[in-house]
Amino acid sequence: MELRPILSTLRRHKTTAWLLILEIALTCAIVCNAVFMINHRLQHMEMPTGIDEHALVQIQLAEVTPSPDIYARAREDLAVIRQVPGVLDVALVNQLPLGGSSSNASIKLDPEQRQPTLSAGTYFGGNLAQTMGLRLLAGRHLQPDEVLDADVVLKALATGDTKVIAPVTVITQAMAQRLWPGADALGKTIYVGPVGVRVVGVVADLARANAYDDATAHYSMILPMFMGAGKDQSYLIRTRPQDRQAVLKAAVAALKKADPRRVVTEQRTYDEVRDKFFENDRSMAGILVGAIAALLIVTALGIVGLASFWVAQRRRTIGVRRALGATRRNILNYFQTENLLLATIGIVLGMVLAYAINLFLMLHYELPRLPAIYFPVGAIALWLIGQLAVLGPALRAAAVPPVVATRSV
Amino acid sequence: MFAYYLELALRSLKRNRALTALMVLAIALGIGASMTTLTVLHVLSGDPLPGSSGTLYYPQIDPRDNSGQLPGAEPPEQVTLIDGLNLLHAGRADRQALMTGGSVPIQPDSVVVDPFYVESRYTTADFFPMFGTRFSYGRGWNAADDEAKAREVVINGELNQRLFGGADSVGRNLRIADASFRIVGVLDDWAPNPHFYDLNTGSYGRAEQVFVPLQTALDLKMEHNGSNDCWGRGAGGVGRIYPSESCVWLQFWAQLDSPAKAADYKQFLVHYSQEQKALGRFAKAPNVRLRNMMQWLAHERVVPDDVRLQTGLAFGFLLVCLVNTVGLMLAKFMRRAGDLGVRRALGASKRALFGQLLIESGVVGVVGGAGGLLLAGLGLWVVRQRPSSYAALAHLDATMLLTTFVLALGSTLLAGMLPAWRACQVPPALQLKSN
Repeated sequence: MELRPILSTLRRHKTTAWLLILEIALTCAIVCNAVFMINHRLQHMEMPTGIDEHALVQIQLAEVTPSPDIYARAREDLAVIRQVPGVLDVALVNQLPLGGSSSNASIKLDPEQRQPTLSAGTYFGGNLAQTMGLRLLAGRHLQPDEVLDADVVLKALATGDTKVIAPVTVITQAMAQRLWPGADALGKTIYVGPVGVRVVGVVADLARANAYDDATAHYSMILPMFMGAGKDQSYLIRTRPQDRQAVLKAAVAALKKADPRRVVTEQRTYDEVRDKFFENDRSMAGILVGAIAALLIVTALGIVGLASFWVAQRRRTIGVRRALGATRRNILNYFQTENLLLATIGIVLGMVLAYAINLFLMLHYELPRLPAIYFPVGAIALWLIGQLAVLGPALRAAAVPPVVATRSV
Repeated sequence: MFAYYLELALRSLKRNRALTALMVLAIALGIGASMTTLTVLHVLSGDPLPGSSGTLYYPQIDPRDNSGQLPGAEPPEQVTLIDGLNLLHAGRADRQALMTGGSVPIQPDSVVVDPFYVESRYTTADFFPMFGTRFSYGRGWNAADDEAKAREVVINGELNQRLFGGADSVGRNLRIADASFRIVGVLDDWAPNPHFYDLNTGSYGRAEQVFVPLQTALDLKMEHNGSNDCWGRGAGGVGRIYPSESCVWLQFWAQLDSPAKAADYKQFLVHYSQEQKALGRFAKAPNVRLRNMMQWLAHERVVPDDVRLQTGLAFGFLLVCLVNTVGLMLAKFMRRAGDLGVRRALGASKRALFGQLLIESGVVGVVGGAGGLLLAGLGLWVVRQRPSSYAALAHLDATMLLTTFVLALGSTLLAGMLPAWRACQVPPALQLKSN
């Protein structure tokens, strides 16, 4: 295909051609970044938690009259729940992976360190690991006799008399790797505040409650502390996936029967916890998909409109070319090549712009660098859109009969 | 002349119905999307207390030990109970209040209604006059009631509606967390957005239904909600066990009526820190901040990043739509170069042609803008159906309505300017010759 006639025609419509190129460049840049952001969100939404998600349900209660002994109260409740048919295991937990509201601690490897090494989610509980179905990679789970009531631990912390508390913990593989890369974590000591805690077990995974940042989402530890009944604590029940609704209903009824003067503030399956956590990401991904569609449609229609104009404007020239022996295919190719040329310039500019937008987003929104794979994706999308959009007007141009050349306007 | 040009414009637009529709639709979509997101951004970054936000300050001091942070780090975002009470009793500001959040069970007298939990705020007396809360009935309590641990409560309109059907309930008793309180005031629908005085309990769409004097709440061990940040031997509270002395978990707000007073107050915070260090309570050199309310909200990045991204995206889309319209309009005007040449040859000035073409693009702009306004209304309705905490706030106000109108007309006129100007450059003779 000869490019010279195309270029000389375009030179006569410089402004219009540049506007089309600008439109394609802008669309390409925004689409590249939007597709990247969608992918980023989808990846984030697939975050594994390490727990047996489809087998768990959560119940949260708030007492109207405070129990005199919150620990006895919680033990009674756990016993009541264990009696419910279909319950495989139950634990009192202070937070749930992806639960939102979180408890965290700064971890140091040396108590004299000025800056903590990392911040980890702190799970408190006895048979929490067993109920959640965590996979133990090394060492052991926490033993029932190591688990102490919260006020014993808090009192020991306040007085500094930490001999009474069992300073052991189970941590995640991700946290172990971050603290001691390549080394065995078992038996090592970490410092939670001034207290040295010995690592006795490593689990494959346990995501944090506030897992907003993928890099630190899997730094969690389990400490042997029993929190007692309270409005921030939950009963986490393990059951068979198909029994979840029935067990949830029966367990709530049993708890209500044990003490009717309580308000059930939460009763849901773990799947609902997860859905809620990623609600905003899901809607943002939806908005981005909508924006991409709208951009591509507007750009495509713009190309159709502009090409139609040019075809109409050049009817006589096309007729002359046809009369001089150009085939329909030549005419079709002419408009297709013209579009390909404009789209290519637009795409090249668009790539530069896409990179610039990505730099801006990295600076202000903590987005990672745009991987190179997104550039060809954007390019192919716009080439395709351009060719599809120009096809209709180009076919109309090809249909112009040679006889037009002989007619004056 | 205007009427004639308008008729010409309409006639020309009618000639290419599909193209006109495309231009109008593109502008309407672009305007609709940008106005929807801009309105959400405007609502979320708005001033929760217009008029008085400039005199409200959020003092920060640094009581932490040296272990945790590098020098120059930000002080904690809240205060300890001891520091909060010290600052409160010093009374150096025009008004000041110490507060924290929680939730409490309400136990209605009627046996038919089950007890239920509502969000609560435990605060000292100046909260009400300082933040300009509006009362339907009664008023707040005073500083003496604070110290006396008075069993007095202010409830909001929603709870008053639920419990008393909206009647004047001042003087009636209300059972909260197994204690009897006397209602002294009922707020109207006062609920500032963002929830500036305590961002830890949610930034938007939060309104406490119950306000209890701080000392009373602490005395009764009412449940605390929000963030605790501890150091050293400190441990965050569990339920009714409050966070220990080396934890920050309360918010302290001060009203300082002039910049001079604010400067003095900052000096006072430095002196206070030095004094506490001399006493051995503080370990670090004075590390204080005194931001006013809007500075504090900006520092806390209270507007969600997603909302900013959406606004950027919508404006990118609007730009594409405008470029699209400029291109189409230009192509269209250039196609009419023949007509324009004839008009020029018959004596029309460039200026007159320019005016004529600008009216044509203006018509597209006005219609597109009107469509955009409708789409923005629709868009905001969609936003309100979404589950986010700020959903209910997404409404167009007068400012945004005007902005939409100006944006729509301005951007299309600007977009019409280039094609109109290019088309006017047509030399009259050449066009007459060409065909």
